[in-house]
Order: sequence, then structure tokens, then C-alpha cells
Amino acid sequence: MLTALMTAPVFAETSDKIEQFQLNMTRGVTDISAGVYDMHMLMFIICVVIGAGVFIAMFISMYFHRKSRGAKPANFHESVKVEIAWTVIPFIILIFMAVPAMNLLIDMEDASEPDVSILVTGSQWKWHYKYMDNDVEYYSKMATQAEQISGKLPKNNNYLLEVDRPLVIPTGQKVRFLITSDDVIHSWWVPDFGFKQDANPGFINDAWTKVNEPGVYRGQCAELCGKDHGFMPIVVVAKEPAEYDKWISEQQAIQEQAKAEEQRLLAMNMTMDEAMSMGEKIYNANCAACHMPNGEGLPGVFPALKGSQIAIADQPKHIDILLNGVTGTAMQAYAKQLTMSEIAAVVTYERNAWGNDTGDLVQAKDINSAINGQ
Amino acid sequence: MTTATDSTHIDDHHDDDHHEHHIPPGIKRWLYTTNHKDIGTLYLWFAFIMFLTGGAMAMVIRAELFQPGLQIVDPNFFNQMTTVHGLIMVFGAVMPAFTGLANWLVPMMIGAPDMALPRMNNWSFWILPFAFAILLASLFMEGGGPAFGWTFYAPLSTTYSNDGTALFVFAVHIMGASSIMGAINVIVTIFNMRAPGMTWMKMPLFVWTWLITAFLLIAVMPVLAGAVTMVLTDKFFGTSFFDAAGGGDPVMFQHIFWFFGHPEVYIMILPAFGIISAIVPTFARKRLFGYASMVYATASIALLSFIVWAHHMFTTGMPVAAELFFMFATMLISVPTGVKVFNWVATMWRGSMTFEVPMLFAIAFIVLFTIGGLSGLMLAIVPVDFQYHDTYFVVAHFHYVLVTGAIFSIMAAVYYWLPKWTGKMFHIGLAKWHFWCSLVSVNVLFFPMHFVGLAGMPRRIPDYALQFADFNKWISIGGFAFGLSQLIFLALLIKACKKQGEPVSDQVWEGAEGLEWEIPSPAPYHSFETPPVVK
Ligand code: HEC
Ligand code: HEM
Ligand SMILES: [Cu+2]
Ligand SMILES: [Cu+2]
Repeated sequence: MLTALMTAPVFAETSDKIEQFQLNMTRGVTDISAGVYDMHMLMFIICVVIGAGVFIAMFISMYFHRKSRGAKPANFHESVKVEIAWTVIPFIILIFMAVPAMNLLIDMEDASEPDVSILVTGSQWKWHYKYMDNDVEYYSKMATQAEQISGKLPKNNNYLLEVDRPLVIPTGQKVRFLITSDDVIHSWWVPDFGFKQDANPGFINDAWTKVNEPGVYRGQCAELCGKDHGFMPIVVVAKEPAEYDKWISEQQAIQEQAKAEEQRLLAMNMTMDEAMSMGEKIYNANCAACHMPNGEGLPGVFPALKGSQIAIADQPKHIDILLNGVTGTAMQAYAKQLTMSEIAAVVTYERNAWGNDTGDLVQAKDINSAINGQ
Repeated sequence: MTTATDSTHIDDHHDDDHHEHHIPPGIKRWLYTTNHKDIGTLYLWFAFIMFLTGGAMAMVIRAELFQPGLQIVDPNFFNQMTTVHGLIMVFGAVMPAFTGLANWLVPMMIGAPDMALPRMNNWSFWILPFAFAILLASLFMEGGGPAFGWTFYAPLSTTYSNDGTALFVFAVHIMGASSIMGAINVIVTIFNMRAPGMTWMKMPLFVWTWLITAFLLIAVMPVLAGAVTMVLTDKFFGTSFFDAAGGGDPVMFQHIFWFFGHPEVYIMILPAFGIISAIVPTFARKRLFGYASMVYATASIALLSFIVWAHHMFTTGMPVAAELFFMFATMLISVPTGVKVFNWVATMWRGSMTFEVPMLFAIAFIVLFTIGGLSGLMLAIVPVDFQYHDTYFVVAHFHYVLVTGAIFSIMAAVYYWLPKWTGKMFHIGLAKWHFWCSLVSVNVLFFPMHFVGLAGMPRRIPDYALQFADFNKWISIGGFAFGLSQLIFLALLIKACKKQGEPVSDQVWEGAEGLEWEIPSPAPYHSFETPPVVK
């Protein structure tokens, strides 16, 4: 408890209150999500009324028509009129559900004329966001520490629902999401927006939202996508349009700077210690989910890097696998996900950690020549 | 009793093992048996063992989900547990239990001496243990068992699965072959072996619902076989049915799977309707209301079940027109289902009711299945399903229809016919404990799942955000209690098989009607060797 209190201020920025006893669907923050909520309540009430009717009739009969009360069985066992009635009446009730549902659906599926378009790509186990109208793109990964999951640290309020870089969208504008996947099927879902949409590899789905209020909205991947399906959250920050524009231009500047920085790093050499400590960070953030923190992988599912021939001998192949992945397997291409110096560091790390002790030190320029030389 | 039968039917039989005093001793009796009652017993015990096995896996799942964080299993093993739990419960518990009931009851209900194809009957049972041995063995292989959900969506089950997938595919093939053989047997038996006077519209509803179920099985099990075969070739032989890079489509997998999968859920519930339609009139001491409409409702549910499959796929990005079509078709299916519930209530109305254990389960079935059906109607509404889909709301829905639906009906059936099978009344005290413990715990287990689902908890996750913590604790406690309650049932069944208990009359239950209640209790090893005449 004390530790929980002490760590709380650190996360003050993200800690909106947990609704401990939320029983019902959220009303959400868009007109559509409110429509969905109303439709849900309509359905719920109709179902409760039908259910109550059936159960009351049944319990009346169970009470009054008991043998122990001396009830004598009646003789009727057929009535076409009654059968027709309880076929036709439910049918009419269904029409009263179907019409509003149809109208709402048609509104939801109209993703035309967006103000902002964002390409959302799922991959095991992170989301990639690319703003189609600006030069901004990045990965968004879960930020909850492994120690909180294993119980070594207390869990903070947004446990499992926090990411390193949230998606940022403007309020009051129609934002269209183009949703796809690089590997298996994922599903992009923020309950406050009132929809989820599958991310299918090789196909693009679209969906849209128009958020009314600025705020932080959280969701999760909703389609089983392998081992860490439960650890693939989504966080969306909705900002006023002016702030959003400011944010976008900042990001553009940052991404350009990063490119320049990468060129500068090409000319520099890391020491072994620098490479190892940077490599360890990169490894734990990107690779440990499959190859495990101890480098032993999951036998039969993800190969061990500890003692692997590729990690202790064949260095060009090692770099090649990192840059291009292994097609037809879960091993992704990291050329676009990591910078050259990051790739150099993680390769160095893998070649020297867990007793792999090759002593190899790979530099950013080696990666650069691997990219250009082939 | 058999000597008498022997002398009157000497020329009927050449095969020695058809006679009770020639039943081979020990294990051989069960390995070689072609007797529908023996095979029914084998199926039922197998289903019960699988129910406990799949239940043990559910306990692992619930133990991990007892509190937030990863405590007991790693996520990969968690996924194997949900997957194998689902597969075992569907293919190992519910379906074999219904086949076991069909074996015991269909010949006795239509006045036939046995199933039409007794040797195939033996085969269709005896390949099942191998299928599940293979499936369970895969859990112990390097890389573990299937971890892609019982729905095995591609490409998670193809490119991204481990080599154990081959074992999964083989196991499913064997299960499918077994089901198809079982279904053929039921159809041939019902078509050819009805006693004189047992016209179609005199058949008990259990026979009717099983006949329709058997046609569904024959129609869709080959589709499942096709789906697993395509998964196999995509994974191991370089085809790309479900891989966009090779011109395939992962969503096509889902269409194929659910074209099997939706009729499959009716395969698991139609026989239950038959059971409830037998039990309610008995304990209401009044004829079933609307027999003919029950038959038509069953048939229309079966037909409609072929045109609703994509209601499991509303979030895959289908065109609006398709979404609307599948929404309307799905809503339509609730009409005949409603008719059934109304008919049962009308049967009770102005009856003379008593509440023996089978009736308790039947009443629980009607209430809880209706709850599951109503949440199903909510799930049919596409725009709202976008929120419900793949959350615990769905987990709640299908457990209400499968556990308090299918499983409760099976338990009701066992309590109803067990005295006929053993000749002894089961231990009523234990049975009541079993019922009340199950009823309370099953609702503590599954009802709060609606809430966490609506609040936004996705299904198939090994760990969850803190706002779901309180309810998950309750759900797990309910789960453990429900699991333990089944041990009462186990104790009761062992007692019953040891033939303990009070002897029962031929009719067993005061209001019971039908051919099976006219033969002695326990039902002789060979019943109806001369067909009865039904008036
Ligand atoms: C989503 C799971 C996943 C992630 C994340 C992942 N890998 Fe892999 N990796 C694999 C799989 C699966 C293979 C085996 C590919 C094959 O079959 O050849 C593999 C193979 C490798 C190999 C070759 C090993 C050998 O002995 O064949 C290396 C090296 C490697 N990965 C490094 C990395 C690095 C570095 C990272 C992080 C930047 C990483 N992987 C992230 C799944 C993953
Ligand atoms: C013994 C009591 C049971 C408990 C405690 C239980 C619990 C669970 C839980 C916790 C899940 C996983 C949900 C998830 O993570 O998505 C699950 C999945 C499932 N259960 Fe059960 N269950 C029980 C009985 C049954 C029965 C009797 C059936 C079938 C007749 C059944 C069929 C399924 C299916 C089909 C799935 C989906 C598997 C998947 O996601 O691939 N369960 N169950
Ligand atoms: Cu996922
Ligand atoms: Cu369905």
C-alpha cells in the first residue's frame, strides 16, 4: 500500500481514476458510440422484458400448477392460433430492433470524406501509426514494465493499458483509420469510440471516428494474435485541432532530426559498454517477447539465441535476419523499425550476452554497408 | 431373462456376442461390443472424462485469471489451455455425450433392437480415444499444443503456429470421421428400424431432433475437414489458401470455419431441445404442447443455421449489405427458438407438476438457456456487436447456451434415464446437492462475465487491467465451486454403476410415456427383439 502511494505521483500524468464497478457498456465520446450505447440499452430492455414475461409465466405455473397443491393436469396440447401468435409477435418485435440497428450501421460504415487519415498496422505485438497526410509515423508499444506483470512491482492504475507513444488525433474532425496487419489478424478497439475493426494481413479495412471531447482513451487488441495478445494496448490522445497541428509539426521536426542524427551516428563508433547497454534496452523492448529475456526462446516456437550458430558464428547472416526478417515466420524485418545504431547495438548484445561471448562489436556503419552493399 | 428370449428367437442370431451370457469378460466386452447400450455407456463415460479434463483446464485458466498479473502459467501455455479446453468441451464432452444418449435411447424409443450399423458403431466410438490422446499428447511436445483458439484462425494457425499443428489437424480429422459415422448410423436406424406404427409424426422429439442433428453433422463435418486440411497444406506444403501473398485470403478461412461452426452450435443444442421436450411433459403430467410446431421449429432452425455463419465475423470488414443480411437472418432464427421456449412453458401451464431432479435440471435449462439466447439476440445486432465481439460478453453468452444449455440438458437426461439403464434409483440426496451447487456456482461463474465483457475485457487474455479485478475474482471462485460440484456427480455415477439404490418400476417416473418405459428396468441387454406395435 505504501509503495503504491509512493509510486502514484510518478504516474500522475496518466492516472485517471479506475472505475472499479463498471457494469455496463461505456457511452463513449463520439456520437456513434452514444448511438451504439442507446441501441445496446434498447436491446437490453427488450430482452429483459421478454425474459421476464417468460419466467413469470413459468414460475406462476410452477407455483400454482403443482401436484402438491392438488393441481390436476389439463388436457390441451395444441392450438394453431397460439402458435401463430407467438411466431408473429416476436417477428414484429424484431422489426422494431432491426430498423434502428440498420440505420445506425449505415452511419457507422460511412467513412467517406475524412479530415485526417491514419494507417494503422498491427504486428506481433505492437501497433504502427502512419499519418497519411504528414510525414509522421511510429510504433506504439505497451509501456507496462515486466516487473509489474510478474508482481515484483505494484501495479499502477493504467496497468496493461499504457503505451510508450500514444496515437494523437484532433477533436471535432473526422478521422479515418485504414487498418491492416503485417502478420496475423489483430483487431483495433477503443471502447470509447464504439467500434472494433479487424486488421487482416494483406487487406485494408477502414473505420472512422469523430471525437467530441479532448482526453485519453484506452483500448486493447481484440483478436487472438499469439502469445502476447493480452499485452497489445491502444492509447489515443484526442487534442483540440490547434494543439494537434502543433503536435504534428513537432513530430515532423523530430523525425527529420532523428534522420540527421542517424547520419551523424554512422560516423561514430560505440564502445563495447555503450553498445551492450543500449543493446540490452533495445533487446528487452523489441525481442524479449519472443526470444525471452534470457535468450533461450520458447523451444519449438521461438528459437534460442543463446548458443545459436547465427548468434555465435555467422555475423552477416545475423545482420541480414535482423534487417529483413525471415519471411514466412514470426521473425519480422527490423530495418524500418530500428535505427542503424540500434540494430548494431542489439546485434552486439546478442553476440555477447548469455555466454555467447564472441567479443564481436558491430557498428552502425557495418549495418549501413550491409544495407547498401547488397 | 435371456434364456427365455433365446428359445423364442433361436433363428434370429448367429453371432454369439449378441447374447448376454456370452458377453466376453472384462475389457474384451467393451472393445468388441456392437451392442448399442454398451456403446452408449462407453460414449457417456468418455464424454464425462473429457468433461473433467476440459474442466481441469478451465480451472487452470480461472486460477491464472483470479487476480491481475501473471502468476501460474506463461501466456503461451495459457493460450494452449483455452484452445484445448474449447476443443475438448465441444468435440470431447458435448458431442460424444449426445451420441451416447442417441445410442442408448434412439433404438429404445423407436422400438428397434439395436442401431442399424453395429460394427460401424463400435468403430465410431473406438477411434475417439485416439483422437483425444493425440490432441492431449501434443501439449507435451516441444513447442506445446495448439495455441490459436478452438477457432484456429489462419494465419495464426498456419504460418505462425508450431509444428504440433499437424497433430491437431490429425486429431480433428479423426473426431470428424467419428461424428460422421455416428450420424450415418442414427439416420439409417431412424429411417429403417422404426417399429410398425411408429410413423414420423409419432416419433419422440429426441428422435426427431437427433435425426435433424445427424443431417447437420453430415453436411458440415466435411467442411471442417476441408478447413483443417487447407491449414495443413498451407503450413506444410506451400499452398496459400489463406495467405494474401500467394493470392489467398485469411478471411476466407473464417467463412469456411463458420460455415461449419454455426451449424455446429446447433448440433450441440438441438438434441438438448429433444431431451427437454421429453422431460417437461413427464413431470408436468401433461402432453407436450405443440408437438408438430416443435418439429417444424427444429427443422427451420436447422435450415436457417446454414445462412447465418458470418454473424461471427461482423468485424472482419464485410460489405454493409452482407452485414445486414447476416444480421436479419440471425434475428430470424430467434423466432423458432422462441417458439420452443413458449411451447415448454405452455406444457407446464395447468399441468400437475412435481420437481424431481431431472425436472430441476430441465427448468434450470429453460431459464438459463433463454438468458443465453437473449444475449445471442443482442449479439446479432451488428452495430452493437462491434462492441461485444471478442469480449467476455461473448464468453458469457456461449457458456450460458453450452454449459447451462447443452451440459445441463445432458445431466437432466442422465438423471431421467439412469434408473431405466441401471434398474436402480440414483442417490437422490447427492443428486440434489449436485443440482443446487451447480446451479448457484454456474451463475456466480458466468453471470459476471457479462459485466466485465461490457466494461471492455477482451477474451483470450491471460492478464487484465485493474478495473476488471473484482469481478474476475468472483468468476474464478464460481469456477472452482462449479468444478468441485461435478465431483458430486462423479460420486453419484460411480454408485449408480455399482447398481446401488432402490429398485425402480418399469415406468420409473409417474408421468413417463414412450416405448422405453414399457420395457423392464433395467433395460435388458437386447430390447425389442420382436418389434412392438405402436398404436
Ligand atoms: C514475434 C516474435 C519475434 C520477435 C519479436 C523477434 N523474433 Fe527473432 N525470431 C523469431 C522467430 C520465429 C525466428 C525463427 C525464424 C526461422 O524460422 O528461421 C527468429 C529468428 C531470429 C534469429 C535467428 C536465430 C537462429 O538461430 O535461427 C535471430 C538472430 C533473431 N531472431 C533476432 C531477433 C532480434 C534481434 C529481435 C529484436 C529486434 C527479434 N529477433 C525479435 C521471432 C521473433
Ligand atoms: C467447467 C466449467 C467451465 C469453466 C470454468 C469455463 C471457463 C472458460 C474460460 C475462462 C474460457 C476462456 C475465455 C477466454 O480466455 O477467452 C473458456 C473458453 C471456452 N469454453 Fe469454457 N468453461 C467451462 C465449461 C465449458 C463447457 C462445458 C464448454 C462447452 C460445452 C465450454 C466451451 C468453451 C469454448 C468453446 C471456449 C472458447 C475457447 C476459445 O477461446 O478458443 N466451456 N471457458
Ligand atoms: Cu491480439
Ligand atoms: Cu453462429
